[in-house]
Amino acid sequence: MKDSGNYQPYSYFQLMEVSLRELLVEKGIVTEAQVAAAVEDIRNITPERGARVVAKAWVDEGFKTRLLQDGTSACEELGLDIPALKLVVVENAPAVHNMIVCTLCSCYPRMLLGMPPEWYKSRNYRSRAVREPRAVLAEFGLHLSEKTRIRVHDSTADMRYLVLPMRPAGAEGWSEGRLAAIVTRDCMIGVAVPKLI
Amino acid sequence: MEARFKPGDAVRVRKVYPLGHIRTPFYIRGHSGVIERLCGSFGNPEELAQMRSGEPEQPLYRVRFRQKDVWPGYRGNAQDVLEVEIFQHWLE
Repeated sequence: MKDSGNYQPYSYFQLMEVSLRELLVEKGIVTEAQVAAAVEDIRNITPERGARVVAKAWVDEGFKTRLLQDGTSACEELGLDIPALKLVVVENAPAVHNMIVCTLCSCYPRMLLGMPPEWYKSRNYRSRAVREPRAVLAEFGLHLSEKTRIRVHDSTADMRYLVLPMRPAGAEGWSEGRLAAIVTRDCMIGVAVPKLI
Repeated sequence: MEARFKPGDAVRVRKVYPLGHIRTPFYIRGHSGVIERLCGSFGNPEELAQMRSGEPEQPLYRVRFRQKDVWPGYRGNAQDVLEVEIFQHWLE
Protein backbone atom coordinates (compact mmCIF):
# COMPACT_ATOMS: atom_id res chain seq x y z
CA MET A 1 0.00 0.00 0.00
CA LYS A 2 1.25 3.42 -0.86
CA ASP A 3 1.97 5.55 2.19
CA SER A 4 1.14 9.15 1.32
CA GLY A 5 1.82 10.49 4.82
CA ASN A 6 3.47 13.84 4.99
CA TYR A 7 6.71 13.19 6.85
CA GLN A 8 8.84 16.03 8.19
CA PRO A 9 12.31 15.75 9.66
CA TYR A 10 12.51 16.12 13.44
CA SER A 11 12.60 19.66 14.76
CA TYR A 12 15.47 20.76 16.97
CA PHE A 13 13.52 20.15 20.18
CA GLN A 14 12.05 16.81 19.04
CA LEU A 15 15.53 15.62 18.24
CA MET A 16 16.78 16.78 21.64
CA GLU A 17 13.91 14.94 23.39
CA VAL A 18 14.61 11.68 21.54
CA SER A 19 18.36 11.92 22.13
CA LEU A 20 17.96 12.62 25.84
CA ARG A 21 15.37 9.85 26.30
CA GLU A 22 17.51 7.28 24.48
CA LEU A 23 20.56 8.24 26.54
CA LEU A 24 18.66 7.94 29.83
CA VAL A 25 17.40 4.50 28.80
CA GLU A 26 20.83 3.39 27.57
CA LYS A 27 22.44 4.43 30.86
CA GLY A 28 19.78 2.54 32.82
CA ILE A 29 18.43 5.65 34.58
CA VAL A 30 14.86 5.08 33.35
CA THR A 31 13.18 2.39 31.29
CA GLU A 32 11.06 2.88 28.16
CA ALA A 33 8.11 1.53 30.14
CA GLN A 34 8.55 4.18 32.85
CA VAL A 35 8.63 6.94 30.25
CA ALA A 36 5.50 5.58 28.58
CA ALA A 37 3.73 5.29 31.96
CA ALA A 38 4.66 8.86 32.91
CA VAL A 39 3.31 10.18 29.59
CA GLU A 40 0.10 8.16 30.13
CA ASP A 41 -0.29 9.63 33.64
CA ILE A 42 -0.07 13.15 32.24
CA ARG A 43 -2.57 12.35 29.47
CA ASN A 44 -5.02 10.86 31.97
CA ILE A 45 -5.51 14.16 33.79
CA THR A 46 -8.51 15.96 32.33
CA PRO A 47 -10.36 19.17 33.27
CA GLU A 48 -12.97 16.97 34.98
CA ARG A 49 -10.71 17.09 38.04
CA GLY A 50 -10.92 20.86 38.25
CA ALA A 51 -14.67 20.72 37.58
CA ARG A 52 -15.10 18.43 40.59
CA VAL A 53 -13.35 21.03 42.76
CA VAL A 54 -15.56 23.85 41.46
CA ALA A 55 -18.80 21.87 41.89
CA LYS A 56 -17.82 20.97 45.45
CA ALA A 57 -17.15 24.65 46.23
CA TRP A 58 -20.59 25.57 44.83
CA VAL A 59 -22.45 23.21 47.14
CA ASP A 60 -20.23 23.36 50.24
CA GLU A 61 -19.62 26.83 51.66
CA GLY A 62 -17.03 25.58 54.19
CA PHE A 63 -15.04 23.86 51.44
CA LYS A 64 -15.19 27.02 49.34
CA THR A 65 -13.77 29.12 52.19
CA ARG A 66 -10.91 26.66 52.66
CA LEU A 67 -10.31 26.46 48.90
CA LEU A 68 -9.94 30.23 48.59
CA GLN A 69 -7.67 30.36 51.64
CA ASP A 70 -5.39 27.48 50.66
CA GLY A 71 -6.17 25.78 47.36
CA THR A 72 -3.55 23.07 47.76
CA SER A 73 -4.77 21.67 51.07
CA ALA A 74 -8.45 21.97 50.10
CA CYS A 75 -7.76 19.83 47.00
CA GLU A 76 -6.03 17.27 49.21
CA GLU A 77 -9.36 16.85 51.01
CA LEU A 78 -10.72 15.57 47.69
CA GLY A 79 -7.77 13.24 47.26
CA LEU A 80 -6.17 15.48 44.64
CA ASP A 81 -2.47 15.78 45.22
CA ILE A 82 -0.74 18.94 44.04
CA PRO A 83 2.95 18.34 44.56
CA ALA A 84 5.50 21.13 45.01
CA LEU A 85 3.42 23.97 43.58
CA LYS A 86 0.84 26.06 45.38
CA LEU A 87 -2.66 26.47 44.06
CA VAL A 88 -4.32 29.88 44.25
CA VAL A 89 -8.07 29.86 43.57
CA VAL A 90 -9.60 33.17 42.51
CA GLU A 91 -13.33 33.74 42.71
CA ASN A 92 -15.54 35.44 40.16
CA ALA A 93 -18.30 37.70 41.46
CA PRO A 94 -21.03 39.74 39.74
CA ALA A 95 -18.64 42.72 39.44
CA VAL A 96 -15.30 40.88 39.17
CA HIS A 97 -13.99 38.55 36.47
CA ASN A 98 -10.72 36.63 36.76
CA MET A 99 -8.53 35.41 33.92
CA ILE A 100 -5.30 33.39 33.94
CA VAL A 101 -2.26 33.65 31.70
CA CYS A 102 1.44 32.83 31.82
CA THR A 103 3.20 35.51 29.80
CA LEU A 104 6.65 33.93 30.23
CA CYS A 105 5.90 30.36 29.14
CA SER A 106 2.88 28.09 29.73
CA CYS A 107 2.47 27.63 33.51
CA TYR A 108 -0.91 26.01 33.96
CA PRO A 109 -2.66 24.00 36.72
CA ARG A 110 -1.94 20.71 34.95
CA MET A 111 -2.76 18.66 38.04
CA LEU A 112 -6.36 19.91 37.77
CA LEU A 113 -6.83 20.67 34.06
CA GLY A 114 -4.38 18.39 32.26
CA MET A 115 -2.35 19.68 29.33
CA PRO A 116 -2.94 23.31 28.32
CA PRO A 117 -4.68 24.00 24.99
CA GLU A 118 -2.48 25.24 22.12
CA TRP A 119 -3.89 28.77 22.27
CA TYR A 120 -2.87 29.11 25.93
CA LYS A 121 0.75 28.68 24.86
CA SER A 122 0.48 30.98 21.84
CA ARG A 123 2.32 34.27 21.71
CA ASN A 124 -0.95 35.93 20.73
CA TYR A 125 -2.82 34.95 23.92
CA ARG A 126 0.18 35.38 26.22
CA SER A 127 1.01 38.88 25.06
CA ARG A 128 -2.53 40.21 24.65
CA ALA A 129 -4.25 38.76 27.75
CA VAL A 130 -2.35 41.15 30.02
CA ARG A 131 -2.68 44.15 27.75
CA GLU A 132 -6.18 44.01 26.29
CA PRO A 133 -8.08 41.36 28.24
CA ARG A 134 -11.50 42.61 27.15
CA ALA A 135 -10.66 42.29 23.46
CA VAL A 136 -9.26 38.79 24.01
CA LEU A 137 -12.33 37.69 26.00
CA ALA A 138 -14.61 39.06 23.28
CA GLU A 139 -12.80 36.82 20.77
CA PHE A 140 -13.70 33.87 23.00
CA GLY A 141 -17.32 35.05 22.84
CA LEU A 142 -17.33 36.50 26.33
CA HIS A 143 -18.51 40.11 26.28
CA LEU A 144 -18.14 41.67 29.70
CA SER A 145 -19.85 44.87 30.78
CA GLU A 146 -17.63 47.92 31.17
CA LYS A 147 -18.67 47.91 34.82
CA THR A 148 -17.14 44.48 35.44
CA ARG A 149 -13.65 44.73 36.88
CA ILE A 150 -11.13 42.35 35.33
CA ARG A 151 -8.33 40.78 37.36
CA VAL A 152 -5.69 39.21 35.12
CA HIS A 153 -3.32 36.83 36.90
CA ASP A 154 0.10 36.30 35.36
CA SER A 155 1.57 32.99 36.65
CA THR A 156 5.20 33.98 36.56
CA ALA A 157 6.63 31.82 39.34
CA ASP A 158 5.62 29.03 41.75
CA MET A 159 1.84 29.58 42.04
CA ARG A 160 -0.74 27.97 39.79
CA TYR A 161 -4.20 29.47 39.33
CA LEU A 162 -7.74 28.21 39.00
CA VAL A 163 -10.76 30.43 38.45
CA LEU A 164 -13.81 29.63 40.58
CA PRO A 165 -16.62 30.74 38.26
CA MET A 166 -20.06 31.85 39.44
CA ARG A 167 -22.74 29.21 39.62
CA PRO A 168 -25.20 30.16 36.89
CA ALA A 169 -28.78 31.07 37.77
CA GLY A 170 -31.14 28.18 37.13
CA ALA A 171 -28.77 25.53 38.52
CA GLU A 172 -30.23 25.60 42.01
CA GLY A 173 -30.70 22.22 43.63
CA TRP A 174 -28.48 20.45 41.08
CA SER A 175 -26.31 17.55 42.23
CA GLU A 176 -22.53 17.96 42.35
CA GLY A 177 -22.15 15.66 39.37
CA ARG A 178 -24.61 17.61 37.26
CA LEU A 179 -22.95 20.89 38.23
CA ALA A 180 -19.48 19.58 37.41
CA ALA A 181 -20.66 18.78 33.88
CA ILE A 182 -21.19 22.48 33.06
CA VAL A 183 -17.76 23.56 34.33
CA THR A 184 -15.52 23.54 31.27
CA ARG A 185 -11.78 23.96 31.03
CA ASP A 186 -12.21 27.47 29.61
CA CYS A 187 -14.40 28.50 32.58
CA MET A 188 -11.55 27.59 34.92
CA ILE A 189 -8.98 29.56 32.87
CA GLY A 190 -11.41 32.47 32.88
CA VAL A 191 -12.09 32.84 29.15
CA ALA A 192 -15.67 31.56 29.47
CA VAL A 193 -18.43 31.31 32.05
CA PRO A 194 -20.57 28.24 32.79
CA LYS A 195 -23.82 27.93 30.87
CA LEU A 196 -26.82 25.74 31.55
CA ILE A 197 -26.96 22.72 29.28
CA MET B 1 15.26 35.24 54.14
CA GLU B 2 12.88 37.52 56.01
CA ALA B 3 9.85 38.97 54.25
CA ARG B 4 10.32 42.73 54.02
CA PHE B 5 6.85 43.58 52.75
CA LYS B 6 3.30 42.94 53.92
CA PRO B 7 -0.06 43.07 52.13
CA GLY B 8 -1.01 46.63 51.24
CA ASP B 9 2.58 47.91 51.03
CA ALA B 10 3.40 50.03 47.98
CA VAL B 11 6.31 48.61 45.99
CA ARG B 12 8.13 49.27 42.74
CA VAL B 13 9.61 46.61 40.47
CA ARG B 14 13.30 47.21 39.77
CA LYS B 15 13.94 48.47 36.26
CA VAL B 16 17.03 46.45 35.43
CA TYR B 17 17.79 44.02 32.64
CA PRO B 18 20.26 41.35 33.78
CA LEU B 19 20.85 38.29 31.62
CA GLY B 20 19.70 34.84 32.69
CA HIS B 21 16.54 32.97 33.62
CA ILE B 22 14.45 35.82 35.02
CA ARG B 23 10.85 35.30 36.14
CA THR B 24 10.06 39.03 36.26
CA PRO B 25 8.37 39.93 32.95
CA PHE B 26 9.87 42.85 31.02
CA TYR B 27 6.54 44.66 30.77
CA ILE B 28 6.21 45.11 34.53
CA ARG B 29 9.73 46.33 35.30
CA GLY B 30 9.79 49.88 36.66
CA HIS B 31 6.05 49.83 37.52
CA SER B 32 4.53 50.49 40.93
CA GLY B 33 1.93 48.32 42.62
CA VAL B 34 0.69 47.04 45.94
CA ILE B 35 1.45 43.75 47.70
CA GLU B 36 -1.62 41.50 47.40
CA ARG B 37 -0.21 38.62 49.44
CA LEU B 38 2.95 36.84 50.47
CA CYS B 39 2.98 33.42 48.77
CA GLY B 40 5.79 31.88 50.82
CA SER B 41 9.50 31.43 50.13
CA PHE B 42 10.88 29.57 47.13
CA GLY B 43 14.21 28.72 45.57
CA ASN B 44 15.58 31.62 43.54
CA PRO B 45 14.91 30.63 39.88
CA GLU B 46 17.86 32.70 38.65
CA GLU B 47 20.16 30.49 40.73
CA LEU B 48 18.30 27.21 40.08
CA ALA B 49 18.64 27.76 36.33
CA GLN B 50 22.43 27.78 36.78
CA MET B 51 22.27 24.39 38.52
CA ARG B 52 22.99 26.03 41.88
CA SER B 53 21.05 25.44 45.10
CA GLY B 54 18.63 28.38 44.80
CA GLU B 55 19.36 29.27 48.41
CA PRO B 56 18.69 31.41 50.26
CA GLU B 57 15.04 31.00 49.32
CA GLN B 58 13.39 34.25 48.33
CA PRO B 59 10.01 35.48 49.59
CA LEU B 60 7.56 35.51 46.68
CA TYR B 61 4.71 38.03 46.52
CA ARG B 62 1.68 38.61 44.39
CA VAL B 63 1.78 42.27 43.42
CA ARG B 64 -1.30 44.07 42.14
CA PHE B 65 -0.96 46.77 39.46
CA ARG B 66 -3.62 49.00 37.99
CA GLN B 67 -3.90 48.31 34.27
CA LYS B 68 -4.13 52.01 33.44
CA ASP B 69 -0.80 52.56 35.24
CA VAL B 70 0.91 49.80 33.26
CA TRP B 71 -0.35 50.42 29.72
CA PRO B 72 -0.62 53.91 28.23
CA GLY B 73 -4.07 54.36 26.71
CA TYR B 74 -5.47 51.22 28.39
CA ARG B 75 -9.09 50.74 27.41
CA GLY B 76 -11.47 49.27 29.95
CA ASN B 77 -12.57 49.77 33.52
CA ALA B 78 -10.23 52.08 35.47
CA GLN B 79 -10.34 49.49 38.27
CA ASP B 80 -9.01 46.64 36.08
CA VAL B 81 -5.93 45.08 37.63
CA LEU B 82 -3.04 42.85 36.76
CA GLU B 83 -1.56 40.59 39.44
CA VAL B 84 1.94 39.22 38.98
CA GLU B 85 4.18 37.01 41.15
CA ILE B 86 7.43 38.78 41.91
CA PHE B 87 10.36 37.71 44.08
CA GLN B 88 11.48 40.03 46.88
CA HIS B 89 14.87 40.84 45.39
CA TRP B 90 13.05 42.45 42.45
CA LEU B 91 11.04 44.80 44.66
CA GLU B 92 11.99 48.13 46.22
